Amino acid sequence: MTTAAAPSPIVASAEGSAALVCRDVRVAFGNTEALRGVDLQLAPGEWLGLIGPNGAGKSTLLRAIAGLVDHHGTISLSCGRRPGGTDVALVPQNPILPEGMTVAEYALLGRSPHLGWLATESRRDRRIVASVLERLDLQRFAGRPLTQLSGGETQRAVLARALAQQAPILLLDEPTSALDLGHRDTVLELIDGLRRSDGISVIAAMHDLGTAARFADRLALIDEGRIVADGAPRSVLAPGRLSTVYATPLSVHTIDGEIVVLPAPRARQEPRP
Amino acid sequence: MIHGGGARPPDDPEQSPATGAAEATHGAFRLSPPAAAGAVVALAAVALLSATTGAAGLAFGDVVATLADRLPLVDVDSALSARQESILFQIRLPRLVLGMLVGGSLAMAGASYQGVFRNPLADPYLLGVSAGAGFGAVLALGFGLDVGWGPFDALPAAAFLGALVAVSASAAIARGAWRSPATLLLGGIAMAAFFSAAQTYAIGQLSETRTREVLSWLFGQLSTSGWSQVWILGPYVIFCGGILLLHRRHLDVLRVGDDEALSLGLNPGRSRLVVIGAASLLTAAAVSVSGLIAFVGLVVPHIVRLLVSHSYRVVVPLSALGGAAFLALVDTGARTLTAPAELPVGVITAFVGAPFFALVLWRGARKVPA
Repeated sequence: MTTAAAPSPIVASAEGSAALVCRDVRVAFGNTEALRGVDLQLAPGEWLGLIGPNGAGKSTLLRAIAGLVDHHGTISLSCGRRPGGTDVALVPQNPILPEGMTVAEYALLGRSPHLGWLATESRRDRRIVASVLERLDLQRFAGRPLTQLSGGETQRAVLARALAQQAPILLLDEPTSALDLGHRDTVLELIDGLRRSDGISVIAAMHDLGTAARFADRLALIDEGRIVADGAPRSVLAPGRLSTVYATPLSVHTIDGEIVVLPAPRARQEPRP
Repeated sequence: MIHGGGARPPDDPEQSPATGAAEATHGAFRLSPPAAAGAVVALAAVALLSATTGAAGLAFGDVVATLADRLPLVDVDSALSARQESILFQIRLPRLVLGMLVGGSLAMAGASYQGVFRNPLADPYLLGVSAGAGFGAVLALGFGLDVGWGPFDALPAAAFLGALVAVSASAAIARGAWRSPATLLLGGIAMAAFFSAAQTYAIGQLSETRTREVLSWLFGQLSTSGWSQVWILGPYVIFCGGILLLHRRHLDVLRVGDDEALSLGLNPGRSRLVVIGAASLLTAAAVSVSGLIAFVGLVVPHIVRLLVSHSYRVVVPLSALGGAAFLALVDTGARTLTAPAELPVGVITAFVGAPFFALVLWRGARKVPA
């Protein structure tokens, strides 16, 4: 089933090579098993798309990797260490935007994992944040309160906080669900560019299968807490498998070289891409 | 606003990204010198006003001269008589300093509670912490336990126990509702009601002279018995205030919620425990010397947010200064407005604070989800 390339043989170095290994990861909320034994590997610089229906366990897997939920099994960096805030940066689906907090302040929170219990941000931290804001073209908004930003600007601010963590692994939970088509692609292109220039690894949970296929090197399809397919987008997005997992007839097409997943003509109201 | 000052150069010229980002980042979470200076000047002005106003009719110039004379290396002839000097140094100044310490403590505790509970309406009084501390203190007073030495008095300890019970119970009642501002306050109301009742019952068991003593203390007033109260509260202010100041950054991280704070490497539970402990101890110490003074912890941090910044790096220290100035000013009013009679200072803060609270609710009505 796993057709993905084996994780890079490069051992996590001082620069923080981003290989992540999940083995038999299980998460239960009371009697409900959200994850039932997930095995996953992530190579340095790779973009892994997590797809699957609502409630399949995509968010839970990301939260487990970020250390936000208790889990059984192992989640480790290739060096064997459990990841922390300096290794993994999570962009939550619905981030809380504190009233009155400016974009620069929000991004500066991303330096928190690097600080000791009673330490405060140094000049270096502030410089890192200033350059992150510049890279995301947010310098104009740096002093502006988060609550006064548009959707696309907000998403970039949240991304800025994650990038300020300087973590080699970036976890995105539905990063573009609140954005229109144009802004969605802008944000994803931006992340893709950062990944290519900085060698960041990305795990992105996404609803839109076509978009997921377009940006990801590899897709992992999750259903009922298990990975049911893992590999190149074209091999994972098989119409029969998708129709079973999403419990609705789906067809897969290629238009101008891009994969497009469409509902079968009769089932118009069911799946929303 | 803290980011308004455009004159500051980026801190590292060799790597200066577009100035907007560098400048805003430089100023982020920082207390700007003008704001700090403003607060200090306001506090000094209030202190001077308070020291020179009062029933004893000490002349402004004479008071200033006498105070200046006490400074090292300054020698000014004092025009005050020995009796007047003792009024100044044994009655007026201790009361002024006590007012500043209590006000600063309550405002700082309020700001910290607002941070850990992520609730702009949290206040030692509204959370029931003051009532809990008051009950503990009443028990200690009633049993004649107000013995001890300086900060090691039994009164603050008993008040602290009551405060801890109240804040834990309020939080437990609102369990799973860290996110809902209303639930926490309802928990606080329940605790305040319970402790007020317990207190009333306890007072009913006291002798008549004790009762009068306890009641006048309960109204919230800054007593005038020399420097002993200052000596009780001062060490708590330094210790707990220091802890709260050191955890300002945690409060800023907590603003994004426990989950995100955790993903940012902060242990929210541990930070919350430390901050709640320090804020409750500070409240308890303040309550045990001054009784129940309401709304200082609500009004002052709100004004700081409105005027300067929402960052707790700014709100906590400026609330300390602002609270000190606020309560010293209010107490000056309490001593002089109805002279020769005196109003309990808690009555005036409630007169100011209750409408302010209503205003905050009114303004926030649209923002706070039901």
